[in-house]
Amino acid sequence: MKYISYLFFSVVLFASCKEKKQKAAELPSDSIFNLTSNWKNQNNDSLQLKKLQGKTLVVVMIYTSCKSACPILVSKMKNIESKISRNDINNVSLVLVSIDPKTDTPQRLKEFAKDNKMDAPQWMFLTSNEGATQEFANVLSMKYKKISPIEFSHSNIISVFNANGELVSQEEGAIDVDKVAKTVHETVQNS
Amino acid sequence: MKVLNCFKIVFIVLLFSCNKKNDELQVNSTDVTKANSNTIHPISADVKMVYIPGGEYKPFYGSDAVLTKVEPFLIDERAVTNSEFLAFVKANPKWKKSNIKKIYADSTYLRDWQSDTELPKNAKPDAPVCFVSWFAAKAFAQSVGKRLPTLDEWEFVAMADEVSANARTKSDYSDNIINLYLQKNRQYNQVKQSKPNYWGVYNVFDLIWEWTDDFNSVLTTNDSRTGQYEDKSLFCAGSATSSTDILNYAAFMRFALRTSLKANYTIANLGFRCAKDTIIIKNK
Repeated sequence: MKYISYLFFSVVLFASCKEKKQKAAELPSDSIFNLTSNWKNQNNDSLQLKKLQGKTLVVVMIYTSCKSACPILVSKMKNIESKISRNDINNVSLVLVSIDPKTDTPQRLKEFAKDNKMDAPQWMFLTSNEGATQEFANVLSMKYKKISPIEFSHSNIISVFNANGELVSQEEGAIDVDKVAKTVHETVQNS
Repeated sequence: MKVLNCFKIVFIVLLFSCNKKNDELQVNSTDVTKANSNTIHPISADVKMVYIPGGEYKPFYGSDAVLTKVEPFLIDERAVTNSEFLAFVKANPKWKKSNIKKIYADSTYLRDWQSDTELPKNAKPDAPVCFVSWFAAKAFAQSVGKRLPTLDEWEFVAMADEVSANARTKSDYSDNIINLYLQKNRQYNQVKQSKPNYWGVYNVFDLIWEWTDDFNSVLTTNDSRTGQYEDKSLFCAGSATSSTDILNYAAFMRFALRTSLKANYTIANLGFRCAKDTIIIKNK
């Protein structure tokens, strides 16, 4: 009886040791989850990017008052979303990050999400401050410039990240939504 | 009984090894926290800052008719040096060569340094630091309570020659700069060995290229001297930015470099200097 209990505890100990080891697995050095900036989503929740860990991410930077290219980018994101299989969708987050944090408050992002029918759980809108926004834009190699108080020029990029926050692909310019949707599917399968 | 003893030993060994592992993990995790921490530890910087009154200037890219206003600001009279950057990484282990995350700097970060805390062999402590990314430059600036100059601020200072604030219209202005740009291995020289410009700012052109805070605000494709865009879909509202001074070839070189950079790039002759808002004037 005694040695059975020792055996039992040994097994438990061994198992718990293993678990600890797994937890300590570090993020890849090029993961966006290494960024420690603070963000707010459309529900006014405070979060860091590593909260998004575990899902395949489709990321774009826009601003809600944009009248030129952003509506196209937004519709491309919706188009991509519609092409992602419903089996995959729980493992995907489609993230729209504001480049105009002064105007794009969480409330405004919430309204924008509602108006554009992007209020399902897979949609995430993020806003922060200018420093974090600039840092994130640079992580995406995105170019942008404020050309008036209400207008920005910016590059049109949609990026896909895997569940560990590593960049998988970037589409720039005339974005091929089918290609992005295919990349998302492969990334979900690989993670 | 023998079996029981045997299990006891296994149990004790396991318990011990497990504890040990946990200890190690704890040590590791505090190290990781330190290296991941977003806090930038301050260091002291002993560099004179020069007051630049600002004013309106014609930016190199943009509409011809629109002048850009540059507010008064302070700028370091010289670039950040090797020894200053060494002090920074000593105080901020996250930015040491062996700890740096790839997301913040590519593989050539501080390339020639002999170790985390040793400058390159034969490097002059007073030469400008190079092989630093934009992220690293930003962090350094924060550690000395400053920031990087904006592109407009930098270019405003760069309009000056030794005797005038705006030498752009002088016929030899661009040529002289190009001659400086063509000198090889100029980044290994010490700072402040040549004459300062009109404002008292040293080495604007003769040692290194310099990071600016918003280097990524140049929205042109690789060859856009005509201001015509090959691919309009690349940028939202991109037509607001095209070249105004097609004879300023030196400026073309700077802007070409900026458009080709990514924030984690580290390059042999790319360093930086810091700037600061000036509060005194704003309060008047």
